[in-house]
Amino acid sequence: MTIDASGAGILLIIAIMTLVTLLTRYGGVLAMSFVRISPRIESFINTMASSVLIAIIVPMAVQGDAGALAALVATAVVMLALRKPLPAIAAGLVAAAGVRYFL
Amino acid sequence: MTNTTYSYQLQPAKIRYEFFRLLPISLFVVAFGMAFGLAAVQKGLEPMQAVLMSTTVFAGASQFATLDMWGSQVAVLPLIAVVFAINSRHLLMGASLYPMLKDVAPAKRYAMLLLLTDANWAVSAQEYQNGRRNLEVIVGGGFVLWLAWIVGTLLGVYFGRLLQDPQSLGLDMVLGCFLLAMALGGNKSPRVLVAWLVAGLSSLAAYYWLPPHTHVVVGALAGGVVGYFWLEAKPQ
Repeated sequence: MTIDASGAGILLIIAIMTLVTLLTRYGGVLAMSFVRISPRIESFINTMASSVLIAIIVPMAVQGDAGALAALVATAVVMLALRKPLPAIAAGLVAAAGVRYFL
Repeated sequence: MTNTTYSYQLQPAKIRYEFFRLLPISLFVVAFGMAFGLAAVQKGLEPMQAVLMSTTVFAGASQFATLDMWGSQVAVLPLIAVVFAINSRHLLMGASLYPMLKDVAPAKRYAMLLLLTDANWAVSAQEYQNGRRNLEVIVGGGFVLWLAWIVGTLLGVYFGRLLQDPQSLGLDMVLGCFLLAMALGGNKSPRVLVAWLVAGLSSLAAYYWLPPHTHVVVGALAGGVVGYFWLEAKPQ
């Protein structure tokens, strides 16, 4: 099944993408409304929440270029030292741009 | 009428505060949006079609991935599979906010979820770990991120060529650095660190050996399992 990527076809593609994405935004919350939140479930979703971040970042660091790795290392160091996100992110961007300029 | 009362009242002043708090990161989102707008017109989308997509889908990674599948025809089932897989992290993100969202009236709850995205969720989740309830950042922060994504796409479809190489400025790393800063700003008990180790290894394994785009959900659920079996010690 294919859709022509022209005119109304593109609008249909965008509509499908919108619906599927909306399903992901609503689905988890809707499912949780049927679950009784025991301390164990609460503990599960709390560790899952911070694990989402790690699961996004680790493959980014491992398969990215040297600039990507430098950015994440610089962000981690500055964040642990200063505990302020904006300087940490700025350090990350400078590290990525610097490494990519010189390599 | 229902006799259920919802205890979480969103504060308009705090929503405005969160709008401005996420304004700096939104400026980087504008640059991302420009890169998307440029890529979209290069694939043959009309400028307004690209802007419409950013407005209604509002999920950058999946929009870029869709462009990779673009041709004179687009296959429907692979399109649905890729968009769902990449955005399935929203399922977990939404679920993790449920302890707060259950105290919000359903109409508002599902309206604010339209603005749920990585950056505003990361702030809210981190504050929740640290014992603060902040859904205002989902609304105010989400709104500024959404505007930035639309404005960026609009600029990109017309002026994208000005931003020739966003990678040379490190702009592709903004979201990764932001999410890492949020993770490190949260709770770092031994239990959480073990969960991170399990999540990181699982996501890498999934990245290499499972179908594409499944690694975030696999890693996050694996980290969650650690929490399921290892409960936080109750403070005495």
